[in-house]
Amino acid sequence: MLQGFAVALSPLNLAWCFVGVFLGTVIGVLPGLGPAATIAMLLPLTFRMDPTGAVIMLAGIYYGSKYGGSTTSILLNVPGESASVVTCLDGYQMAKRGRAGAALGIAAIASFIAGTVGVVGLMLIAPPLAKMALSFSSPEYFALMCLGLAMVVLLAGESMVKALLAMLVGLWVAGMGTDLFTSTSRFTFGSAELLDGIDFVVVAIGVFALGEVLGNLEVRQGPQMLPVPKGLRNLMPTWQDLKDCRFAFLNGSVVGFLIGVLPGAGSTIASFISYGIEKAVSKHPEKFGTGVPEGVAAPEGANNSETGGAMVPLLTLGIPGSGTTAILLAAFILWGLRPGPLMIQDNPVLFWGLVASMYIGNVMLLILNLPLIPLFAQILRLPAYTLYPAIFGISIVGVYSVSSSLFDAWMLAGFGLLGYAMRRLDYPAAPLILGFVLGDGMERALRQSLMMSQGDLSILVSRPISATMLFLTVLMLIAPLFRRANAWRVKAMS
Amino acid sequence: MSGAVLAGLGIFIIVEARGWEYLGPDGPGPGFFPLWYGVCMVALSLFLAAMGFAQSASGSAKAVEWREVGRALAAWAGLALCLGLLKVLGFLLAFGLFTFFLVAVMYRRPLGVALAVAAGMSAGFYLLFPLALNVGLPVGKLGF
Repeated sequence: MLQGFAVALSPLNLAWCFVGVFLGTVIGVLPGLGPAATIAMLLPLTFRMDPTGAVIMLAGIYYGSKYGGSTTSILLNVPGESASVVTCLDGYQMAKRGRAGAALGIAAIASFIAGTVGVVGLMLIAPPLAKMALSFSSPEYFALMCLGLAMVVLLAGESMVKALLAMLVGLWVAGMGTDLFTSTSRFTFGSAELLDGIDFVVVAIGVFALGEVLGNLEVRQGPQMLPVPKGLRNLMPTWQDLKDCRFAFLNGSVVGFLIGVLPGAGSTIASFISYGIEKAVSKHPEKFGTGVPEGVAAPEGANNSETGGAMVPLLTLGIPGSGTTAILLAAFILWGLRPGPLMIQDNPVLFWGLVASMYIGNVMLLILNLPLIPLFAQILRLPAYTLYPAIFGISIVGVYSVSSSLFDAWMLAGFGLLGYAMRRLDYPAAPLILGFVLGDGMERALRQSLMMSQGDLSILVSRPISATMLFLTVLMLIAPLFRRANAWRVKAMS
Repeated sequence: MSGAVLAGLGIFIIVEARGWEYLGPDGPGPGFFPLWYGVCMVALSLFLAAMGFAQSASGSAKAVEWREVGRALAAWAGLALCLGLLKVLGFLLAFGLFTFFLVAVMYRRPLGVALAVAAGMSAGFYLLFPLALNVGLPVGKLGF
């Protein structure tokens, strides 16, 4: 860990950490532009950087965006991030009653406490989990990827069928190009440009960044903002507020981290659950939704602590749990690193440097977010007609800089349209990206498993770990069907 | 509608996968994995299409806001045109025109504002990418 701090405290890495958390806060503040889109857009620009600095910066964007997300929820009643939806309930009510400063201050303090708890959890859980995963072979990896995808599909949207279809489209896109084992061209439509497959950056920027911007362009007018409190004194919550929130800080930290570790659950679910727990144990649950500080502290804590939890499966198993961590996984692979059980052993400098930078980043975010909130809120006054062209431009340049290919730029436009269509038709984007990222590895693991068993599929269920994971996968996918069938039965009887 | 499109994609995947080796002497071939996800895709998309049909028959389907969709598609068409012009005009000019279109047409800002934003955006990209970051931009027939 000390080595990690030595890495994270080097002037250059400190600067990258600052850039990351600053950018993260900015994009968190901006409604309609998420960390996944931002990381995807910036990914091509990090190829020339030292991987440790690049990881520190991109991770900073990821957890920094969670801090910024609360600002729009409180001042505009519009969540900057999906994870900040619950913060609107009490945060906006506090702001309407003239307590915007206290709400913003509580959000920043809760984010700091929970973010730090999340990093402690990552530091304690990741090494033993990685050690356990060292015994995994191809069948276990295949089963693990199935489990990860199933959890993402289960929790990604309102319709599990649509989430599954999005994931299958991701697998199909991942399968384009030359086959890993036999050099057969698959789904290349006779195009030489597709022989190497489709670059991850093209898919991620298209689906996330362009899809989001096209969705935002549907309307011309933005929402109206409440007045922003000025001065640090007006942003500090009272002692009574802090006393009222002490359980919310703990609840958000623990629930957020535990849910973060589960692939697919994500910060939105973490914030809803911690809000629900907070309301359930409160002495005055009826006041929730009218502007109570605990209603801000619990979800804001949970969505920050979740980022530490989400790093656990990403770094130790190579299994991302969300669209953003899928992009981080692709970034690791593009830099020649392979997240998984050997990650800590093979790249201790990078792993511990990242963990240490997350501690430092959380301190930076607290300092940035308390006194500088009024400044960040000014970003909301930035006209959309200057922001969206810039995102289009960065997307085109980002894709073009990877391969200097105009073909990729056209593919970007195609995936942008796909991303927009998915938003319109309520198809979640995360399963598609996860299917795309895990597709190659999943096919490789399955085919290697079947080679090991000379084509006998029972290898997947005859090994205890893979059998357990596949059983859980099936259970997760069929449980909602039973629930729905039961609901229909009850309805029919009544 | 989306269910029908995805069913078509699933059938295409199955047809293509059947042209590749399914199981060889060394184990599963290149057609093994696509065949299975193609089958899953057809089954799920047909289920989705049936659900959609049932919903529209009962009148509970969501109405489409065509005006909003039209705005997004117009922006996408502008982007496509910009990409088409990259080879001829280069990034700076094509992107400037695209920005002008977004500001003047999509956001209905005065022409002077649109021109200023477009010029500023192109200049900003030139300063940031080729000059500061040494990242090349697509060059057109005019040499920039």
